[in-house]
Amino acid sequence: MIPGRQEPTRFEEFMEGIWKQNPVFVMVLGMCPALAVTVSAVNALAMGLATTFVLLGSTLLVSLMRKWVPREVRIATYIVIIATFVTVVDYLIAAISLALYEALGAFIQLIVVNCIILGRAEAHASRNPPGRALINATGMGIGFTIGLFALGSVREILGAGKLFGVALFGPEFQPWVIMVLPPGGFFVLGAWLLLFNWLKTRGAASGKPAEANVHA
Amino acid sequence: MTPVAAPVPPATPSAAMIRTLALVATVCGVLIVTAYQGTLTAVTANKRVALERAVFKVIPGAVTMREFVATSAGVVPAEGPTPAGGLRFHAAYDRAGALLGVAAEAAATGYADVVRVLYAWSPERQAITGFGVIAHRETPGIGDKIITDAAFLKNFEALDASLSEDMKTLANAIRAVPRGSKRNPWEIDAIAGATVTCKAVGRGINDSASRMLPLLMPELDKLRGDAGTAAGEGATP
Amino acid sequence: MTSRIELRAAPHVSKGASVERIMFNVVVALLPICAFAVVQYGLSALALIVTTTLTCMASERLFNRLAGRPAALSDWSAAITGLLLALTLPPAFPLWMAAVAGFVAIALGKALFGGIGYNVFNPALVGRAFVQAAFPAAITTWVPAYYDGRFTAFIPTTLTAPLMTPPNLSEWVGRHAVDGFTGATPMARWKFENQIAEVGDFLSGMATASVGETSAPLILICGLFLAVRGFLDWRIPVAVLGSAMLLALVFHLADPGRYPPPVFVLLSGGLVLGAVFMATDMATSPVTPLGVWLYGALIGALTVVIRYFGGLTEGVMYAILIGNALAPLLDQLTPPRVFGQARGGLRDHFRRKPETRP
Repeated sequence: MIPGRQEPTRFEEFMEGIWKQNPVFVMVLGMCPALAVTVSAVNALAMGLATTFVLLGSTLLVSLMRKWVPREVRIATYIVIIATFVTVVDYLIAAISLALYEALGAFIQLIVVNCIILGRAEAHASRNPPGRALINATGMGIGFTIGLFALGSVREILGAGKLFGVALFGPEFQPWVIMVLPPGGFFVLGAWLLLFNWLKTRGAASGKPAEANVHA
Repeated sequence: MTPVAAPVPPATPSAAMIRTLALVATVCGVLIVTAYQGTLTAVTANKRVALERAVFKVIPGAVTMREFVATSAGVVPAEGPTPAGGLRFHAAYDRAGALLGVAAEAAATGYADVVRVLYAWSPERQAITGFGVIAHRETPGIGDKIITDAAFLKNFEALDASLSEDMKTLANAIRAVPRGSKRNPWEIDAIAGATVTCKAVGRGINDSASRMLPLLMPELDKLRGDAGTAAGEGATP
Repeated sequence: MTSRIELRAAPHVSKGASVERIMFNVVVALLPICAFAVVQYGLSALALIVTTTLTCMASERLFNRLAGRPAALSDWSAAITGLLLALTLPPAFPLWMAAVAGFVAIALGKALFGGIGYNVFNPALVGRAFVQAAFPAAITTWVPAYYDGRFTAFIPTTLTAPLMTPPNLSEWVGRHAVDGFTGATPMARWKFENQIAEVGDFLSGMATASVGETSAPLILICGLFLAVRGFLDWRIPVAVLGSAMLLALVFHLADPGRYPPPVFVLLSGGLVLGAVFMATDMATSPVTPLGVWLYGALIGALTVVIRYFGGLTEGVMYAILIGNALAPLLDQLTPPRVFGQARGGLRDHFRRKPETRP
């Protein structure tokens, strides 16, 4: 933090994950689910919401317990807490929709190793009171969901000619098969990163360096 | 948010660490058990509905079904894990409780990965009468035509699967042949360009049917006999 | 070996071969192949060639403008990318897909890496690899050569509306098919039906193939033209074709019933086109003498391995792309010996004896 700068406001806490430190487009974290399950907008949203749920649950517990958890065993504690919420969300998705559960496959269980969650627990939740930590986690979760949705919607539109299962171009549409295959995920992610960086450099060049070089 | 180089705090006693971990583990354990109990009924119901939907799709007209295991010792209702060498299958019944057919899973390696299909076998017609894909990873646009291609699906309206004289195996091995060269009722006319996937389907069905049907045939009455009770307990609301 | 060291006194003034001159000559060498393709496949092939070339040149201009680079210099190279791309596509390929391929070739294969001279992979092959993965059905739809009425009407799939599925060609092919047309390339026929095409089919261009892959002799003559004029490193095609033939011969001798004779491997598919015009791309091939030979041999061997054991019927494209990826490494491993200095690189790796020097 820059010396002399005061605590971020609640709004800044919330917006951190959505724009300045977006998990997908800026931090490039959690790429395993981001690339693997984003073949459709629904899958992407479901994955984003599941991750947000785990993020919120673990943030709350970690933040509540932050005073009692000894430094030496904190990582072990965080992982147990995160794994718990991942298991819970795993059951919940299977109960809500089996089709969705099968589409997301092993990547629900793999939320446990998603770097965003452990990263936020260590960097934010363990150092802030529950209210503030939850606001930040909500922003991060929404940011991650937006990122996945940006990938998933492009891949579904080109790869199947649909959005949320609704055909956009009529029955004659030729699907771009590559978009639902793993290389398509990389291409679309690359294109989004290109766009984000271009927007950023353009913003910096046009004399608005206000937020650009402040590192949270 | 805070400077990274924080001063190292004094070491914590082991008892405190163990206490914390135990507390965390307890809280988490309670959470997991609650979630498991809360979702169990919905998850089981979901799984049954999905399976029934698949079975009823390959056996039109079916309203109830029961699961059986065919072993070399005979056919028994499926309970718990499948015994070694046992083949799981589903018997489907119509509204009156009469046996309509049998659905079983078949699998074989296709172009990209294992293709898993569900096929229906009709004891009256001694033929395979339905076909559905459970899971596949074939090339979209080519291999996945096995789900939609009308000419290909027509193969499974009556695919001969009668047993040989000695009832030990199929009279004729089921196999996929290049498009347009189907001459016999036990051959599957493949989709042009997706020959490898179609051959996998044929191979998988042949493997499964040639092992299962000889075990099943002598015990058909067992499936029929149970039909009355099956209609009551197998039905889903 | 053609490389010479010339020792001269200053001033060093040399006209040399400019990028434009090399590129222009390559275009000239490609034109006969394009012309032959038009003779075989008529209007559709012509439209395909024009589409990819224009898309590539337009994309090049667009990206050069975005990056603030001068545009004039590299226009010929974009034209070559477009021509080569068209030659690797099937004749009935819809034009809108060809335009996608052309854009991807320049955007992903070239502009992202920094433009001409900086690309790691052959741009034309990047474009083809993309559409191969995106439209697997369209890129394996083949039509017979020399069909009637090819100069007056398009193949129905050529003019498919953008983003739409091309119409089914089997009925059209049935009406236009010449005797013996099967709708599968010789490689596919060998792989899935175990039939080996006649050598004569390959030489006359009768074999089912992509637009520019039908006539091996014509491609070789055009390559020879470039090699003689010094615009093409003859060692690369020789190494590619040589190693492919050698490996195919080994397999054929081991099991003649299963593996086809080497001449089949050489003539079917795009091996010759790839070896002569794509593997030799200056920006994406090694520069050291030993590296060049290794690079060519690797591509040839990989082609045979992919064709025989891979899921795909054709392996040249991926073999060259893998070769491109390894080119910088090959350069590093094989530095030529500098006069008066100890050897370095690969040879030194395998010769670990301490050197005693006077």
